Amino acid sequence: MDNSNLVLRTKLIDRMFHWSMVSCFTLVALSGLSWFFPSLNWLGYVLGPPQLARVLHPFLGIAVFGLLMCMFVRFVHHNLFVRTDLTWFKHIVDVLLNKHGQKLQIGKYNAGQKILFWGIMSLISLLFVSGLMIWRAYFAALFPIPVLRLALLAHSVAGLALILLVIGHIYMGIWVRGSIGGMISGYVSRAWTRQHHDRWYEEEVAPTKPLPSKRHG
Amino acid sequence: MGMQSQDIIRRSATNGLTPLPQARSHELEVAKLIDVSLCTGCKGCQVACSEWNDLRDEVGHNVGVYDNPANLSPETWTVIRFDEREDEAGKLEWLLRKEGCMHCEEPGCLKACPSPGAILQFANGIVDFQSEQCIGCGYCIAGCPFDIPRISQKDNRAYKCTLCADRVAVGQEPACVKTCPTGAISFGSKAEMKDLAATRVEELKGRGHDGAGLYDPAGVGGTHVMYVLTHADQPSLYHRLPDDPHISPVVRGWKEWLKPVGALGFIATLAGAFVHYMGVGANTTDETPPTEPEKELEDAGQGPNEDGRDA
Repeated sequence: MDNSNLVLRTKLIDRMFHWSMVSCFTLVALSGLSWFFPSLNWLGYVLGPPQLARVLHPFLGIAVFGLLMCMFVRFVHHNLFVRTDLTWFKHIVDVLLNKHGQKLQIGKYNAGQKILFWGIMSLISLLFVSGLMIWRAYFAALFPIPVLRLALLAHSVAGLALILLVIGHIYMGIWVRGSIGGMISGYVSRAWTRQHHDRWYEEEVAPTKPLPSKRHG
Repeated sequence: MGMQSQDIIRRSATNGLTPLPQARSHELEVAKLIDVSLCTGCKGCQVACSEWNDLRDEVGHNVGVYDNPANLSPETWTVIRFDEREDEAGKLEWLLRKEGCMHCEEPGCLKACPSPGAILQFANGIVDFQSEQCIGCGYCIAGCPFDIPRISQKDNRAYKCTLCADRVAVGQEPACVKTCPTGAISFGSKAEMKDLAATRVEELKGRGHDGAGLYDPAGVGGTHVMYVLTHADQPSLYHRLPDDPHISPVVRGWKEWLKPVGALGFIATLAGAFVHYMGVGANTTDETPPTEPEKELEDAGQGPNEDGRDA
């Protein structure tokens, strides 16, 4: 394969973390939705009969949490906010309207992706803690009932928010052509990289100048 | 127990748009009335309950009080509570209360339950768990204002008093009522039981129990298990019987507020994404190699269209 026009954006280990997490998350999210919206009860059957789904949901949830923590370690250094993220925020309307051409000083991940990153990481942590608390088979008996009620509410709020964030994430993947392929093969094109992550391209993919003069934030 | 499939007024996790079978909606509302002033704590009701329902809880340990077993369990659906109390004059009182499901008119367990049909409320007021539909999540425990349901470690199903739904369906009174040797437990229509309670409360007041009254808490819409209490002004004296039980605002917020808001959130998110895609189209990249070397531009916004695309 001629890789000269391609840029390795996501390494195999990270893609494996991502897609195994996606597999578990899909099952956990659908079964969770089946209990939150009982009219969508059939969604839970992705994990078998409801009793079996109730048994599997927490274990798969722990797998999601564990995989996301691995991804946290791998990705966090790219997702710290920097001053140039302000440029992206100022041009968010242009970004959403497909108005390209401006150099928005976007690093490996743009400011919206960073928000997604921290949103996912905080919500999964809340889901993990509240989920352990309401896990009837093992831990729920350790907590007073009023605390369990709050944990149930927190689990529902966090679950909903996370699923909505993930829908946004999936939509962005569909909208921005090349990104889903990039998450599967690991590679994106040079043009794609320049268009969506100009600062990352210039600083790390194909540095044209000595780094110090290119540093932003 | 599924004995009364034609007179269901509430079904857990079921949309209100689909009516429930109500062919026998003329069913009379029933109630069990427990007069604590007549209870001697003999535990005959506990034995009758275990016998009729064929429950064999493990023999427990003496925990220093007369409550035996020490608590409700998946295989103990009623327990007599023994509470000692010293009144203002220093006189000792022994307050007994037969604890079990109250069969609320607005059942918190049913509101919280996520499994369609795992909890039913019948037209006669009985709230019954359909064990084969139960998934063992324990939400009913969080929903109940009285701390009644218990999940079995053996089969991960929730259990509680059925008000002997199977007996009541064929015109019998619950087993505990049948067996009570002092007549402390009565059973009949809710209206009859309220009348009986009024008579008993009058008698108790006449004997100096000024605080006597009926416990039929309005916060849960009334209950189909009611108490005549000698201290109805302080229900919590009777082993923490809630003074004003109601479905927790947290549970209501979760089920009544967050659910519709969440549904709107989904619709808005999906519709927003679709409209965005229709409006601006896919965000594509022109893969033609640049014809001239890129210029470095310090000021964002003044650069040429690098990818040659129109907005």
